[in-house]
Amino acid sequence: MRLLIAVSFLLCWLLAALFGSSFFGDANHINLELILKAPSLDAPLGYDELGRSVAARLIDGARVALLVSVITVFVSALFGSVVGLVSGYYGGWVDRIVSRIIDIVLAFPGILLAIALAAVLGPGIENLVIAISAVGWVGYARLARAQAMSLRSRDHVTAAIALGSGEGVILFRHVLPLMWIPLMVEASFGLASVIVAEAGLSFLGLGVQPPDASWGSMIREGSRFLLVSPHLAIFPGLAIMAVVLAANLLGDWLRDRLDVKRF
Amino acid sequence: MTDSLLSIHKLTTQIGRDDGAIIPVSSVSFDIHPGETFALLGESGCGKSMTALSVMRLLPPAGKITEGEIFLDGINLRDLPEVDMRAQRGGNIGMIFQEPMTSLNPVLTVAYQVGEAVKLHDEEHAGDIDARVLELLQQVGIPDPERRMSEYPHQLSGGMKQRVMIAMALAGRPKLLIADEPTTALDVTIQAQVLDLLRDLQKRTDMAILLITHDLGVVAETADRVGVMYAGEIIETAPVDTFFAEPQHPYSQRLFDALPSVERRNRPLTAIEGNVPSLAETFRGCRFRSRCDVAKEICATELPPWHGDQEHGYLCHLQQLRSESIEAPQEASISEQEPGKNVLRVEQMQLYFPIKKGLLRRTVGHVRAVDGIDLDISSGKTVALVGESGCGKTTVGKGILQLLRPTSGSVQLNGTELTKLKGENLRSLRAGMQMIFQDPASSMNPRMTVEAIVSEGLIAQKIGKDRSERLERVKAILDRVGLPERFMKRYPHEFSGGQRQRIAIARSLVLRPDLLVCDEPTSALDVSVQAQILNLLKEIQDEAKIAYLFITHNISVVSYLADEVAVMYLGRIVEQGDVDTVLGDPKHPYTQALLSAVPVADPQREREIIRLPGDMPSPANPPSGCHFHPRCPRATDICSQSWPELSKSGTHKVWCHLHG
Repeated sequence: MRLLIAVSFLLCWLLAALFGSSFFGDANHINLELILKAPSLDAPLGYDELGRSVAARLIDGARVALLVSVITVFVSALFGSVVGLVSGYYGGWVDRIVSRIIDIVLAFPGILLAIALAAVLGPGIENLVIAISAVGWVGYARLARAQAMSLRSRDHVTAAIALGSGEGVILFRHVLPLMWIPLMVEASFGLASVIVAEAGLSFLGLGVQPPDASWGSMIREGSRFLLVSPHLAIFPGLAIMAVVLAANLLGDWLRDRLDVKRF
Repeated sequence: MTDSLLSIHKLTTQIGRDDGAIIPVSSVSFDIHPGETFALLGESGCGKSMTALSVMRLLPPAGKITEGEIFLDGINLRDLPEVDMRAQRGGNIGMIFQEPMTSLNPVLTVAYQVGEAVKLHDEEHAGDIDARVLELLQQVGIPDPERRMSEYPHQLSGGMKQRVMIAMALAGRPKLLIADEPTTALDVTIQAQVLDLLRDLQKRTDMAILLITHDLGVVAETADRVGVMYAGEIIETAPVDTFFAEPQHPYSQRLFDALPSVERRNRPLTAIEGNVPSLAETFRGCRFRSRCDVAKEICATELPPWHGDQEHGYLCHLQQLRSESIEAPQEASISEQEPGKNVLRVEQMQLYFPIKKGLLRRTVGHVRAVDGIDLDISSGKTVALVGESGCGKTTVGKGILQLLRPTSGSVQLNGTELTKLKGENLRSLRAGMQMIFQDPASSMNPRMTVEAIVSEGLIAQKIGKDRSERLERVKAILDRVGLPERFMKRYPHEFSGGQRQRIAIARSLVLRPDLLVCDEPTSALDVSVQAQILNLLKEIQDEAKIAYLFITHNISVVSYLADEVAVMYLGRIVEQGDVDTVLGDPKHPYTQALLSAVPVADPQREREIIRLPGDMPSPANPPSGCHFHPRCPRATDICSQSWPELSKSGTHKVWCHLHG
């Protein structure tokens, strides 16, 4: 049941992001006659302060959210896992340096660091990805490091060394495959937090720039008309909530299903 | 005998829902009288622990008692409300577990934990708990109890922790003590202390003990009566003397036949083939039928009847007394004593682990895990390295294979010095030396198939030019270790412990090594399966003339398998020589104590246990002089001053001042 809700939400999101724009028209088309028009049967989500279709902008925002979250999770998971794997497996001074860096990054409030980075790099989707990844990889690195450390001393790794297997074989055949389940679980939770981070940065005006739509910037623009036309902020808010909830449910299900302790 | 303390009648326990439920205990009945020790003997998964948990009503959440009665002192425990049951647990029934390390709370002091039990179950002493705790700790023989009271579990050794557990169990002055494998996690010298203590306490308090164990030796030493469990049933009950003299059930008889011993050297052990049946199935015949070598047709179709009464009887269709014990025929011994060529030579190997402290990770000391040992093994020979946990025997094995690099000394394999080799040069030599681990489950990658596991070494050593050629070799070796070809596509978790150990052996042997380091290869296995693996190892050695370094704490396995023995204590070898000489005429006081502490599966045998005071000291700070002198019953002044010189008579080497 949990899984059904999660997967159907995420599928809707995916389909909307990939194919939605052809059904809902141009998100940047301005129609001054329709300014702040409340939802009706013709346009179920209404129009914004410039008379643009909220539905079309929501779809645009979905695409931005998908793009940013998938790329960011991929980049930070890949980078973090490799760093954590190497640091945990080899230990020694490499590990000590990596651990200190992880500690330092973790000591900053993540979103503040991302804000600072986004401000320095300037707005735009690419910089958004870089800023969130720069904060996000530490979670994966810490997890991968702990996993690698405990797997390194397992007998099957010792056995592989005794057989004469090379380090590449040991890392990628004997250590990595046993730690990707907890990393997957972490990544599915990461998806949710990246969407929130993207929305947050866009809300602050550091992400996607006008006139392009993103859920965060839609909420920011809508907040000015909250008392007159609450639908401007409510619908993107609901969209964020639905996707974040679905991603978390999926993560929960993965964690229970692929119980890490079972092998 | 109506005055039984605990009376269990037709107890049946189920785990899981009705469809696909497992029945770990089925129709088990027995009585225990006050002051008596009743042993439940059985291999893993036979339901002995579940029986004990049923008595305590501590079954796992999905488990329930479906049939039968449990009476303790006339109280029906099965119908008792939970509130009253709680007073029974820890009150009338005390329980101790296998792992004292996990049974104690690490963040509470000893005094607090024992005091809690006193508070709950001993109203008399509610006013002065500390005094009672002290009394209990004295009772279980903890030295310096005032100081120990304020300590935490991690400051105690394994044996001390088990004593604290016993003190807690005694707090309620129980009438029945349930001891679930109380000494399995302990070393033999500590085991002897704990078993002694239990016997002594029983004599003083007249409590009954339900002892759960898999070890025939422990049964012979401590029990008055024994019940043998197999696949959820009690298949034989007997007084201990009768049981050891004349076991009735074929399974009991085979258990004895499967024990390795000196007398069985040079012949295969009688292994019980196959595995215990799944407890999820419904049995229409005898549960042991598929593994029984004297089974008849009737055994498959009808449930076997119980011969005798509840105190003494067995469950079998056959009505014979002791059938001929099946000893495999002595093989034409091929041991023409041609001296084999030397495979391994270890000289003065030291392996220290640095202790690092502080911000700069400065080395402040060393753990001397291996402190200068010499070993020689020739092809086709087995050298056993014996010692208690923490003596450094596993580190020796890993140091020889260069899995841990020795700090100094020399290790030569077929004349090639290994300690200086690095990278590719070392890697290509690894085919010649292989290792088998204690726990076959963790020694294999759970995400690789059997084929991938066994062929990994071939790929690493670039043996075989393509996959099909490697596949041929994998098939051949699997066949050799007794596994069918169809297992190749399966994963390790689909196999039983014994089968997994066969896979691990195949993985090592496929490289045709000259040296095989076996690190406790059978200690995670049941007796019947252990016999299969020992047979296999012996056959393979005869065929391929592999040199074995057999690391173990199990003396009977040593006497069965080894040609030579080296006894280790705290990183050093204290005695070394022919297996018959060392085991038959031990010279070093430590070897003598170690051998005397091993429980023997023969209740008639009177033996004098040499008790060693205290525990093994830390290898980070070994005692001066002879490392053994603080525990040695015969130590003199010189022992604390210098490490003894080697004294040699023939091949028998002893490092002891008494033999200088």
